[in-house]
Amino acid sequence: MSALSDQLVTFAILAYLVAMISHAVEFALGNGRVRAAAAPQRERELVGAGAGAPGGMIVKSAEPTPPVTPVADRAAGRARLAGLVAVVATAVAAVLHLVALVTRGLAADRMPWGNMYEFVLTVTFIGVAAWLVVLVKRPSLRKLGLFLTLVMVLLVATAELVLYVPVVPLVPALNSYWFVVHVSTIVFSSGIFLLGVVPAVAFLMRRGYEAGKRSFPYTLAKRLPAAAALERLTFVLHAFSFPIFTFAVIAGAIWAEAAWGRPWGWDPKETWAFISWVVYAGYLHARATPSVKRNVATWIAVLGFFTMLMNLFGVNIFFTGLHSYGGL
Amino acid sequence: MTVLDERPAPPAEAPRRRPNRLLALLRNSWRQLTSMRTALVLLFLLAIAAIPGSVLPQRNVSPEKVNEYFTEHPDLAPRLDQIGGFDVFGSVWFSAIYLLLFTSLIGCITPRLRDHFRALRSKPPAAPKRLDRLPQHSVLTLPAGGVAAIAEVLRRRRWRVTVRGNEVSAEKGYLKETGNLIFHTSLLVVLVGVALGHWYGWSGNRLLVAGEDKSFCNTRQQYAEAKLGPRVDTGNLPGFCVTLDEFHARFLESGQPSSFNATVTVDEPGKSTRTADFSVNSPLRLDGANLYLLGHGYAPIIRYTDRYGRSQTSVEPFLTTGDMGLTSEGLAAFPDANLDPKTGKKDSNQQVAFTGLYLPTAPDAPPYVRSEYPTERNPLLNLVAYRGDLGLDAGIPGSVYQLDQRQVRMGKVKQVGDKVLKQGESWKLDDGSTVEFLGTRRYITLSVRHDPGSGVLLVSCGFLLAGLMGSLFGRRRRVFFRVTSGGSADPTGETPTAGSSLVEAGGLPRTDYPGFVDEFAQLVAAVSGDGRPDERAGTDRDGSDRAGMREGTD
Ligand code: HEM
Repeated sequence: MSALSDQLVTFAILAYLVAMISHAVEFALGNGRVRAAAAPQRERELVGAGAGAPGGMIVKSAEPTPPVTPVADRAAGRARLAGLVAVVATAVAAVLHLVALVTRGLAADRMPWGNMYEFVLTVTFIGVAAWLVVLVKRPSLRKLGLFLTLVMVLLVATAELVLYVPVVPLVPALNSYWFVVHVSTIVFSSGIFLLGVVPAVAFLMRRGYEAGKRSFPYTLAKRLPAAAALERLTFVLHAFSFPIFTFAVIAGAIWAEAAWGRPWGWDPKETWAFISWVVYAGYLHARATPSVKRNVATWIAVLGFFTMLMNLFGVNIFFTGLHSYGGL
Repeated sequence: MTVLDERPAPPAEAPRRRPNRLLALLRNSWRQLTSMRTALVLLFLLAIAAIPGSVLPQRNVSPEKVNEYFTEHPDLAPRLDQIGGFDVFGSVWFSAIYLLLFTSLIGCITPRLRDHFRALRSKPPAAPKRLDRLPQHSVLTLPAGGVAAIAEVLRRRRWRVTVRGNEVSAEKGYLKETGNLIFHTSLLVVLVGVALGHWYGWSGNRLLVAGEDKSFCNTRQQYAEAKLGPRVDTGNLPGFCVTLDEFHARFLESGQPSSFNATVTVDEPGKSTRTADFSVNSPLRLDGANLYLLGHGYAPIIRYTDRYGRSQTSVEPFLTTGDMGLTSEGLAAFPDANLDPKTGKKDSNQQVAFTGLYLPTAPDAPPYVRSEYPTERNPLLNLVAYRGDLGLDAGIPGSVYQLDQRQVRMGKVKQVGDKVLKQGESWKLDDGSTVEFLGTRRYITLSVRHDPGSGVLLVSCGFLLAGLMGSLFGRRRRVFFRVTSGGSADPTGETPTAGSSLVEAGGLPRTDYPGFVDEFAQLVAAVSGDGRPDERAGTDRDGSDRAGMREGTD
C-alpha cells in the first residue's frame, strides 16, 4: 500500500508537469482575445468526480461563454486546446494526488499528517483542490494555472526527493483527536494560503504590467487576468483561510494545554504560527486601510506565505522543540 | 471588507484661550497612536520582535540550551542576555510593542463601540433624493399591499426596516461591525487571561514513585523546580495528596511508545478519596490544579544490610538517559548505615552509597551499558559501591540523583567495588555488608499546574473566532423603496390604486460585496411579487466583476 502511494506521487508529479507545460504552451500561443471557459462543463465534472473538493462550495458558474469569433484563429484554437489539456492534466494529477494520500493513510492506519513529507503532500493537495474549485467558479482565471502547477511541481517533488520517510505510527503525544482537529485545520488553511499566494504574485506582476513596466517578470503578466480580479481573488482566499488558521492555532493551544500542561509556550513552531498570524492580520488590516496601497497589502500577504513556509520547513530543520516530530 | 475611512478626527475645538501646546501634542499623539496605520506598523514590529524568540534559545522553554549557548558563544551571549535575548517574550521591548498595540486597540475600539451602539439603536436613514444615483437601481410596479407589503417582505428577510410616509428604508449586516468589535475586544480579553495566568498561576515539576510510602502532598517544598506567579501565596496551594498506584506503558516492537496510563489515588481536602486515571493528552484535573504526565522511568528497590545487620531500603527514581531503551542512572544513598548499635554514634566516614546504571532490557553479553528495550525483559542493575563521607551533612544542597563528586575528588568517599546484579541477586561487600536488588517500581514525571486564566482564554478565543467570522463575512448594505407616482402615502397599506403606481428602488452596499447585485435583484423580484422587476435591475450586472468565490453566507 505504501509503495503504491509512493508511485502515485511520482505519477502525480508527472501529471503536474504535463499541466504546467500545457499551460506554458497556452501562454505562448495565446492572445488577448482567447479568454475564459474552455468547456467549463467538463471541468466541473472532473472536479466533482475526483478531487474531493469541499462539495458545498461548488456553485454553478453563471459565466457566459465568450462568443467565439467566426474567423476562428487557429493559434487561438490551439491555445484553447492547450489550456483544456492543462486543466484536465491538473485534475488528473489532483486525483492521483488524493489517492496517494488515501493509500498512505491506509498504510499507516491513521490520517496522513504524521511527518513533514505527509504534511507537504496534504497541503499541496488542498491547494490544488481549492484551485479546481476556483476554476469552476471563475474559468477566466485559468491562466494562473501556470504558476499554480509550477508551485505544485516544486513542492511535491521536494516532498518526494528530500522529505520522504517510510510509514511509521504516531508517538503517544500525537495520539489524540486534537491531532485530527488541529492538524487538519492547519493543513487546510495552509493549502488555501498556498493557493492564495499564486494570485497575489500574479497581481503584483500584472499591476506592474498595467502600470507600464515592460521588464522581465512583468512581461510574463501580459496574458494574465486583470489586476483587479487577481487582487480580489487574493483577498477572498486569504479572508477564507484566516479564520480557519485562527481556529487551528486555538485548537493547537487547547491540545498543548492537555498534552504539555500549557496552552502557549513559545516553542519555535508556536512562535512562527504567531508570526504568521500577525502578518496575515496585518494583511487584512492593510487591505482595509484606504491609505495603504493594494500592492503594499499584497506584499504583506506574500510575506505571510514566507512565514508559513518558514514554519513548515525552516522550523523543522533549524530548530528543535516539542514539535520536532518532523521526521527529517 | 469595509473600505473604512480612518477615523475622522474630532473637530478641533475653537481656540477660545491660547491653545495649550502640550495638550495639542498629546491629542495629536493619541490620534496618531490610534490610527490604522500605527496599528499596522505595530503589528509588524510585533511579528519581527518575535523572530529572535525562535532563533535564540529561551530560558523558560529550554534553560539547558541557554547554558549551552553561553559556553558556545562566551562573548556574544552576555550581551544578548542584557537586551533580553534569552527571554524575548518577557523583555521590555517586546512588552512595549504589545502594550502600545493594545493601547492603540483600546483607543481604536472605544469610539467605534460607542458609534456602533448608537447605530444599533437608531433607525435606518431616510432615502437619498436620487435613488437612481445609487449603485443598484430599479423601478417596479407597486405591489398589492403597498408600502406596508414592501416593509413586510423586507422584515421577513430580516432587514431592519423603517417606513417614512411613502418611503421604506432598510439596512442589514450590522453583524460585520458587531463581529469586528467583538473580535478586537476579545483580543483584549485574551491579554487579560494571559495576565491572570501570569500573576495568579503556579506550576511545579516532580517525580512520583509508585507506592503509598512515596505519595506526595502538595506543598511548595515538594517540588524540585517550581514557578510561582507574583501574586501566589505559597500557604494557599491546594492541599491535595496523590499516590501513584500503577503505571502502564505500551511500546511497539521498535521501542517507540504507543500508550501510557497512570492510575493514582487522590485525596482532596473535603472530598472522599478516589482513584483516577490519566495519561498524556488527558491530564488529571483537580480542584485548583491539574496534573500532567510528562515522562516515566524505573526506581530500583535496593536493600542494604550493613555490617551490624541492620537493613535499609532505597527506592529512588533513576533518571532516564534519553535513549529509546530507557537506560537510567541514579543513586542509592545510605547515610545512616553502619551506625554502631552499641554506642549509637554515627560515623560519617562509614556512610554507604551506590551509583547505578539500570537496564530494563540488558543485552545478552557485556558491556552492560545500554538497554535495548524500554520494558523489563532482562533487567540488570550495574552498581558501583562507595564508602565514606557522602557530604550530605555539610548542608550544601546536592543532587539526590548523583553522588557528590567533590567528596570523591577529595578522597572522602572511596569506591569499594562494582557488580552487575540480576533481579533478586545480592552482593556481599568487603566489609561483610550485603546489597540486594529486589526489583523496581515505576515512577512518573509530573507537572502540576494551576492557570486561573485558562478559562478566560478559552471563552475569549471562542468570541474572537465568532467575531472574526462575522467581521470577515458580514456585509452591511442598505436598500430604499419609494413610491413615485400615483401611489398613496397611506401607511396602512390600503392603497386603492395598487398595481398602477410605480416604486423606485435603490441599493447601496456599504462594504465591498460583489454578491449584492444578485441579492438586490432577488429582493426587487420578491417585493414586486408576480411583477417582473424593471429591466434596468439587470443592466449593471457584470459577471466578470463577481467574486471568484462566494464568501460565506449572510
Ligand atoms: C491587537 C492587534 C490587532 C489585531 C490582531 C487585529 C486584527 C484584525 C483582523 C484580523 C481584522 C480583519 C477582520 C476584518 O477584516 O473585518 C481586523 C480588522 C480591523 N481592525 Fe484590527 N487588529 C488589531 C488592532 C487594531 C487596532 C489597534 C485598530 C485601530 C486602529 C484596529 C482596527 C481595525 C478595523 C477598523 C478593522 C476593520 C477593517 C474592516 O472593516 O474590514 N485593529 N483587525
